[in-house]
Amino acid sequence: MSERTVSLKVTRYRPGQDSTPTAQSYEVAYPDDWVVLDALNFIKDHVDGTLSFRWSCRMGVCGSCGMMVNGEPRLTCSAFLREFDSQEIRIEPLAHFPVIRDLVIDMSGFLDKLKSVSPWIIRDTEKDPSEGEYLQSPKQLDAYHPFTACINCLLCYSACPIFGLETDFIGPAALALAHRYNEDSRDQGSAARWNAINDHNGAWQCTFVGECSVVCPKSVDPAAAIQRLKVDTAKQWVRSVLLPWGQK
Amino acid sequence: MNHRKTLEPMWWGLFSAGGVVAAFLIPIHIVLLGLAIPLGWLPGSAEIFQSWIVRLYLFVLISLPLYHWAHRFSFTMSDLGLRPIRKPLAILCYGSAIAGTVVTAWVLLRI
Amino acid sequence: MTRNRPDPSLLFHPRMPGNWWLRKRTYFLFIVREFTSVFIAAYLIVFLVQLYQLGNGPGAYQAFMGQFASPGWIGFHAVALAFAIYHSLTWFYTTSIVIPLRIGAMVAPRYVFTLLNVAVWLAVSAAILAIYLIW
Repeated sequence: MSERTVSLKVTRYRPGQDSTPTAQSYEVAYPDDWVVLDALNFIKDHVDGTLSFRWSCRMGVCGSCGMMVNGEPRLTCSAFLREFDSQEIRIEPLAHFPVIRDLVIDMSGFLDKLKSVSPWIIRDTEKDPSEGEYLQSPKQLDAYHPFTACINCLLCYSACPIFGLETDFIGPAALALAHRYNEDSRDQGSAARWNAINDHNGAWQCTFVGECSVVCPKSVDPAAAIQRLKVDTAKQWVRSVLLPWGQK
Repeated sequence: MNHRKTLEPMWWGLFSAGGVVAAFLIPIHIVLLGLAIPLGWLPGSAEIFQSWIVRLYLFVLISLPLYHWAHRFSFTMSDLGLRPIRKPLAILCYGSAIAGTVVTAWVLLRI
Repeated sequence: MTRNRPDPSLLFHPRMPGNWWLRKRTYFLFIVREFTSVFIAAYLIVFLVQLYQLGNGPGAYQAFMGQFASPGWIGFHAVALAFAIYHSLTWFYTTSIVIPLRIGAMVAPRYVFTLLNVAVWLAVSAAILAIYLIW
């Protein structure tokens, strides 16, 4: 198998030692079928065991190996080395997030945001299991299904300049999931999600740059979800003004 | 559930309405009044502005895109570095749009 | 909440550079799209002054309109038109993302909705031109 070499310019940050991240270059010879993650694992196993990064499934499902590859947010398990023409590839931690170490970002802020939209089915009363399933028509399924594929990889947050400017912005993935559950015919919990969505740091912070949907490896289209949340919220607002007594 | 009260849905609604009006109607008005008539391609007559229907139409045409401007400008300037003065900037922008609406009504009434 | 959290004092917090919108083509085009609103508003203020002069009488109006043939004003209107058209096209495209166009059980590709809007836009523009000419 033919082998080529590439120089990986990897961001290093040692907490407690470094005040700012620095870049370290590693020369890697790679076969045609290697992805960026393979090269990082090669470095970790054979060159420099101190390099830290997250990964798990190696097949674009777990969402843990997201990094900036030549400045673009990518799942490194899906970014083939051969697709880059340059002799050097820059590997940086996902943009806009606090860095814990090297390529590992702190996602605890995102986990709080995710929780704030209650991304699960909320029922006023649960049916008894003996009464059977909650049935849905294909049309009801279509309403939310495109938004179910999110793997919380956070590429959309790194693509979003608004999140970079305003880290309190609840962001694309959390809002897409809020929309996903609001649109689910089995769900009755949109009121519980209202305050998180209808907030300056909720849907209203978004100015529809649209890059979140471009980088999403699962074609979730958070940008569409957020704009539809705005439409729904504005409609409800008009209703609450015209019919203030009819508010739930 | 205590629902949060915010006017952002209203400003966004006005922004959207203004964006639609601007997208469908503004270019032809610039072509007609800003280029074709001054360049002599088409005759320039101001008689049409005497009509009340036309003036009502012009009120919508001018006022709504002002809110479209106010919303986008206030957000974009925040994104370009004015985030620390976001609140006063928003008040200035939306306030200008409201003032513009009043001025538009006044100008159209005195034709 | 006392879950395991990284020590905040050990984290590195990145900062967005002020020129972030110049660093990526799509970010730059986004800023251009947002700034179309400035040119549209500027045109509308000129239009408002024009209508104000009309209220001052035919003489004032003719004098004001006379200036519009100057290269400066033609340039202003040409630039405003370019931004207005950019607004129209980007608006129709973004609307196609917000509002899915359903044909029966299928969702039509977004360009169908965009092109439909462009067709309506051209028809409305032609209608306005016709109304002006017939008046």
